[in-house]
Amino acid sequence: MSDSSAETSKLSHDVKGAIDGVHVLIAALLLLLLIVPFVGIYPIFVMKALCFALLAASFNLLFGYTGLLSFGHAAFFGTASYITAHTLKFWAITPEVALIFGTAAATLVGWIIGALAIRRQGIYFAMVTLALAQLLFFFYVQASDFSGGEDGIQAVPRGRLFGLINLENPYAIYYFVMAICMLGFFVIYRAVNSPFGHALKAIRENEPRAISLGYKVNRIKLLAFTLSAALAGVAGATKAIVLQLATLNDVYWGLSGEIILMTLIGGLGTLLGPILGAFIMVGLSSYLASLGSWMTLIQGAIFVICVLSFRRGIWGWVEDWRRK
Amino acid sequence: MTPANAPSILEVRDLQAWYGESKVLHGMNFSVNKGEIATLIGRNGAGKTSTLRSIMGLVGKRTGHLYFEGHDIVTYSPDEVARKGVAYCPEERGIFASLSVHENLLLPPIIKPGGMSIDAIHQLFPNLLERRNSQGTKLSGGEQQMLAIARILRTGAHFLLLDEPTEGLAPVIVQQIAFAIQQLKKLDFTVLLVEQNFNFASQISDHFYVVEQGAVVDQFSRKDIEDPKVLDQIDKYLSV
Amino acid sequence: MTEIFGIPSQAFYGQLFIGLINGSFYALLSLGLAIIFGLLNVINFAHGAQYMMGAFCAWLALKFLDLNYWAALVVVPVLVAFTGMFIEWFFLRKIKKLDPVYGLLLTFGLALLIEGAFRQGFGVSGLPYAIPEALQGRRNLGFMFLPNYRLWVICVSVVVCLVTWLVIEKTKLGSYLRAATENPSLVQAFGVRVPRMMTLTYGVGVLLAAFAGVMAAPIYQVSSSMGTNTIIVVFAVVVIGGMGSIGGAIFSGYALGLAEGMTKVFYPQASTTVIFLIMALVLMVKPSGLFGKKS
Repeated sequence: MSDSSAETSKLSHDVKGAIDGVHVLIAALLLLLLIVPFVGIYPIFVMKALCFALLAASFNLLFGYTGLLSFGHAAFFGTASYITAHTLKFWAITPEVALIFGTAAATLVGWIIGALAIRRQGIYFAMVTLALAQLLFFFYVQASDFSGGEDGIQAVPRGRLFGLINLENPYAIYYFVMAICMLGFFVIYRAVNSPFGHALKAIRENEPRAISLGYKVNRIKLLAFTLSAALAGVAGATKAIVLQLATLNDVYWGLSGEIILMTLIGGLGTLLGPILGAFIMVGLSSYLASLGSWMTLIQGAIFVICVLSFRRGIWGWVEDWRRK
Repeated sequence: MTPANAPSILEVRDLQAWYGESKVLHGMNFSVNKGEIATLIGRNGAGKTSTLRSIMGLVGKRTGHLYFEGHDIVTYSPDEVARKGVAYCPEERGIFASLSVHENLLLPPIIKPGGMSIDAIHQLFPNLLERRNSQGTKLSGGEQQMLAIARILRTGAHFLLLDEPTEGLAPVIVQQIAFAIQQLKKLDFTVLLVEQNFNFASQISDHFYVVEQGAVVDQFSRKDIEDPKVLDQIDKYLSV
Repeated sequence: MTEIFGIPSQAFYGQLFIGLINGSFYALLSLGLAIIFGLLNVINFAHGAQYMMGAFCAWLALKFLDLNYWAALVVVPVLVAFTGMFIEWFFLRKIKKLDPVYGLLLTFGLALLIEGAFRQGFGVSGLPYAIPEALQGRRNLGFMFLPNYRLWVICVSVVVCLVTWLVIEKTKLGSYLRAATENPSLVQAFGVRVPRMMTLTYGVGVLLAAFAGVMAAPIYQVSSSMGTNTIIVVFAVVVIGGMGSIGGAIFSGYALGLAEGMTKVFYPQASTTVIFLIMALVLMVKPSGLFGKKS
């Protein structure tokens, strides 16, 4: 951006300054995340938020980037949570194996639900995902021997990672979670910025045109759906290890709604938006935990306000402002 | 050329229109006199249909002026325009599949007194009486076109916008429609026509406005087109 | 005691009857959803909450205004319908130009708002609502006992569905709705105030939901969560039926209620999930739904 005119060079300096400002902020937050166990900023809260951040980011891959509204993402999160919790507690395996099992289960469920849902377009797609997730919810209610019913699976042991690292150690568990989630975010980042990601964008913007351009749209959609489900599974499995708990709340439609809200308020179609939204919503729900039903009311209000006048979300707004 | 004392029912001044972000009309200027048949001619994509839709209020955004009987209707919603006495027959005809022929015919509400009676309409278009209970879209192309025109005659609207009424129709049907429109002129309707088929238009139209890239670039009267040089010029305008 | 397929006949017919009752509510609710979706292209997630409002307002009306069931049946749906029309006018109109997904999200948010408010005010436990005196008691049909109120519910829902279907398919008013569902801008170009029609249509859909709610109050306990749990099942019903057809929505509602009832007799563990399983099956075989027009 080398320009001889003094005015434009000042402008480009200002723009550069603004860009650097945001990058510095992100770097600072990352640094903060790294030192959480040492500084003692409620590490459990941060770990929980990171898991939900990955969950929201997986949802965003489908809705923000491909334009597919999955209203049953809790099905994948919860399935992985249950499988991981169950295998960790009742089988003699190490946490990374339990995580793989949980993720695999979520991926399988995602592939099946995706294959069925894709047979309908647009708004029907969302309804089908909701209904199938509800099917799974009732399944887990019925299969109380496996799921623990209303109580869920409690007191899940964290185990020794690779048989060596004791995850009961607060530092170990924190960096484990951070590593997993960062890996998940990285996978999404790479997917979005690849030819696959361009295909997703083409489908979101104009599906008939994407078909005419030669994209095998249904296969791409199913692949995106399955990948999204897998990442949601990673989030669920990790959450089960961290919170040592798997309950019906993990598969409930309310959670699916919360995921959508996190992404919406954080910034649909941006990489950092869902992460921001997750931290906000997890923070809000722990702050308002004592107020019970107010949470539902407030969630509803935020939904309405976001859809009416704030569809870009916080990070979307930041990115728009940066571009100006 | 417009005689000084002929009242114009519609005056379009510097009409610009957009569909979303894309601009389709770049300044349309023309007028239509009461009781005449005027035609917008031009190549595909010139903006003829967009002009009709703009008059009807069916485009995204409009600027400029649309003086209908003295009132500027450029900000009116479609139902407000209709209630002023304007009726629209779209290019796709818009026959409702979930309605019978008779229901289609009766659908547009009567907005002013003075519309044609059902009997008079059936006299003008006898096929529609026979087929009144069939599902609207089970009619042939020509019959659907007649139905599309017939249903707006009942409403009391006196200014009709007809978009390509002869498109895809057999010559026999085209003649029937030409006859029907001429009858309408005798009944004091004013018609603004959009036509690709210049032959058809030349039989019935009093004025021709050539549209190119969203603006009127030339105009001819019925007398003018008797001159073969003018016909040549028109040919050039319409050729691909 | 006679047996049908190895099940005592009383249990069999009893369950079938319950299935028919559930089906009545499914039919009324999917009818309302289909009407709203047809014209406004919005999936009204708040439909369940509006159903719940119908039940709750009937309960409130009885408790605080001494308004009995019969008065509530007339007054409450109209009142809730007015709140619905406000929702359409104030919220839904603003997002009309957006992808229909936002309509689903907005009505979802409204559902949360309404449910949260009622839960905050009245707690989670169910509140009882007495069956009106005239409809108490039951008849002995020999092969089963038939509670009068439940018979009333089935009859009323059949009549309401039939009348609604007739109005839409056979009257001039209905022809406006059918035409505007197909091509709203052309109908507007004929001089019909289509935006106002949309507000009224949303109101009618909500009226049906609230009406179902009032009728549900004496059968199911009135609670803030009675709406959304039901509406997700109704979503499956409309996916199975295909939302293009009003008659299809009604038929699917009753048929699936019966299917649910039958499952409860022979394989009770699957009764909560059978409708979703049928939906999965229909999606594999005929994705556009049994009566689907819009593909």
